[in-house]
Amino acid sequence: MQAVPKIRFRDTQIEMAHGAGGKASRRLVEGLFVPLLGALPAGPLGDAAYVRMNGTRLAITTDSFVVKPLRFAGGSIGELAVNGTVNDLAVSGARAETLVVTFILEAGLPTDVLEQEVRAMAAAACRAGVVIAGGDTKVVEHGKADRMYISSSGIGRLIDGVEVSAQSVRPGDRILLSGPIGDHGITILLARGELDFEAEICSDTRSVLPLVEAIAAAAAPGIRWMRDPTRGGVATALNELALDCGLGICLAEERIPIHESVRGACELLGLEPMHIANEGQFLAVVAPEFANAALAALQAAPGGQAAAMIGEVRQQPAATVLVSTLYGGTRVIDMLVGDPLPRIC
Amino acid sequence: MRFVDEFREPELIAKAAQEIRRLADSQRHYRLMEVCGGHTHAIYRFGLKDLLPPNIELIHGPGCPVCVLPMGRIDDGLSMTEQPDVIFTAFGDMMRVPGTRGSPLEYKARGADIRLVYSPADALKLAQANPDRHVMFFAIGFETTAPSTALTLMRARAQGVRNFSVFCNHVTIIPAIRAILDSPDMRLDAFIGPGHVSTVIGCRPYEWIARHEGKPIVVSGFEPLDLLESIVMLLRQLREGRAEVENQYKRVVPWEGNRAALHAMAEVFQLRPYFEWRGMGFISQSALRLRDSYAEFDAEQRFRIPGIRVTDPKAAQCGEVLKGVLKPAQCKLFGNECTPERPVGALMVSSEGSCAAYYNYEHRKAALTALTMPAPAP
Amino acid sequence: MCLAIPGRIVELLPERENLALVEVSGVRRKIDVGLLAEDPAKAGDWVLIHVGFAMSKISERDAADQMRVLAMLGEDEAAMQEIEGYGLVHAIRR
Repeated sequence: MQAVPKIRFRDTQIEMAHGAGGKASRRLVEGLFVPLLGALPAGPLGDAAYVRMNGTRLAITTDSFVVKPLRFAGGSIGELAVNGTVNDLAVSGARAETLVVTFILEAGLPTDVLEQEVRAMAAAACRAGVVIAGGDTKVVEHGKADRMYISSSGIGRLIDGVEVSAQSVRPGDRILLSGPIGDHGITILLARGELDFEAEICSDTRSVLPLVEAIAAAAAPGIRWMRDPTRGGVATALNELALDCGLGICLAEERIPIHESVRGACELLGLEPMHIANEGQFLAVVAPEFANAALAALQAAPGGQAAAMIGEVRQQPAATVLVSTLYGGTRVIDMLVGDPLPRIC
Repeated sequence: MRFVDEFREPELIAKAAQEIRRLADSQRHYRLMEVCGGHTHAIYRFGLKDLLPPNIELIHGPGCPVCVLPMGRIDDGLSMTEQPDVIFTAFGDMMRVPGTRGSPLEYKARGADIRLVYSPADALKLAQANPDRHVMFFAIGFETTAPSTALTLMRARAQGVRNFSVFCNHVTIIPAIRAILDSPDMRLDAFIGPGHVSTVIGCRPYEWIARHEGKPIVVSGFEPLDLLESIVMLLRQLREGRAEVENQYKRVVPWEGNRAALHAMAEVFQLRPYFEWRGMGFISQSALRLRDSYAEFDAEQRFRIPGIRVTDPKAAQCGEVLKGVLKPAQCKLFGNECTPERPVGALMVSSEGSCAAYYNYEHRKAALTALTMPAPAP
Repeated sequence: MCLAIPGRIVELLPERENLALVEVSGVRRKIDVGLLAEDPAKAGDWVLIHVGFAMSKISERDAADQMRVLAMLGEDEAAMQEIEGYGLVHAIRR
């Protein structure tokens, strides 16, 4: 007889926070989905699942894209849908090969809007070296889908020599970041127009696979863990790692790359850059003897010139992410509760 | 960033920290209160406590305009969304503050038209762009923010806008400081004075603190160097037995305040005889309401609000934490029933509430080893 | 309380009185400069911005003065200690 799954999710209704990628999202997944969906391998939830088929190890992932507005500086929902899934596989140590996509379209959506997105997806797929092999379309009533939702699932073969897991992280490991943070989230915030700010900021959406391959070529045996810090930002991704491995993560604030304009927007709006979504970056935890080679490889690769070593793993403080400033002040940075909100106080 | 980065310069910060260690009398325990929530946030964000000797204690004051708002007022504001043509606008700070039946964001999830604005001017623009709707702006803030609300209302009148109202919850800082000093459980040596409120009211309103209460007060900026320099100035005063008002934030705060801002406030607002502050009870002459001449823009007159007093759960100790009598971690609900995800009180929701700041930035720092960053591996 | 950030006035805007375009590290927004009526802002001025309104002008001179004072922190004392060594302290200490 099967054990009765214990639902630990107590919220009576679903809120926006449950989709924001932070604590509430984690509670939903761990408290409702995992207990009920049963046959998941033991261990922490990663970006992708690993399966073995006829002796070949593959990674499979799915992601969905809900963004308003659909188009923004530097990209659109179509590109996010391709790059997001490619990136989930890349940070799981796999080379994406085939994608399938689902469109949920709002009745009344102009065809040329849809066409623009499909073209964007085709171009992104070409750049990323993946094939979109099929998909599904549903149309829902006007008012029900914010114009368009896209979901994409992808499958890929594992990159030789790369095995990532939170369990393999050790004190002394270094933390690498591929490039400047906050571009995507701030772009979306400004694109919504409610805040009436303008800036030369654009989304960083791109496939990080070439950078992952570069770091793998230089340091595969030393790569312990990777993640793409999307919703919830770098802080959420690293907090999840800290919780999963039980170790402490210590970051040096001045080493975290950020564009001046993104920094300015965050200061103006009272936002923490480390909580802002990124769509073209990844974090890698690398063993110390491989860290310099990994960083050099990233910096030498196209699009990786701003990569930096931003911190290291320590025994203490357990399960916590600590940020230190150049002048010796420290603070704990936690996971986001919901979406980052501008503040005036 | 100009006028920001210079005041985060590590060498100068080290000098200031050293000067503080030199000035602080090791036989003495200093209790300094920073009144303003923005200072509380800055202290945590910059990790300034790490730079102070252990005998300097920073106590967080009640200068968080979201934290001091009783839950009943939030319910009142949200009750206005029952009318379908109403667009409820507020700063981001308000969006997650819980009312009895949920926060603005939760009301939004249930279908209410709730929109975040960065400026009251944006709320007015929204009204002008949506003539068939009514835009209500939930105004909060101390004297820093009140002039902007006032000016917005003056512009609304000048432009003949008919579909705009303000739910005024502006509070004033001096009565809050008075309440702290009158509180029997409070023993303080000096104050780090509000920086941005002072750009409006100037430094004169604090003179009674120095003269009659004998406490030094230094009006401070918000960057690490500003706060550290302010502490240096306070320690000097204490060492020399002085009690004066000093202005550390000279580059921005005029001693006489901002006359245009004060005029705008006087034109649009008048003091309420009394107002309830969460956790602190009723304080007289401590909050603003719209003058009768601006009645057409007063949401309290336009809408029938429940006006029901909601008392906090007995176990919640928001009041004591607000007054600095208790540290956040000493409240029985802290970290258990009351967390940033499921806040019981506003101090846990507001980004400058002491409980939220402590929770997000501090409480897991307990077990620490040396924090210097090592050089990259050879 | 409250978040206020230094920004530079790029230009005064013609569409309405008291409207200016301000810039903070490349981020731009229209702000109301009506609270500076007694000492009107002009292009190039640095102002403190809070909720879309300019609250105060930033005095570059006061900022520079402050930096000078901060840079000298501790040096008065070092000089004092040297002079103390020469037994001149009572004459000089204010």
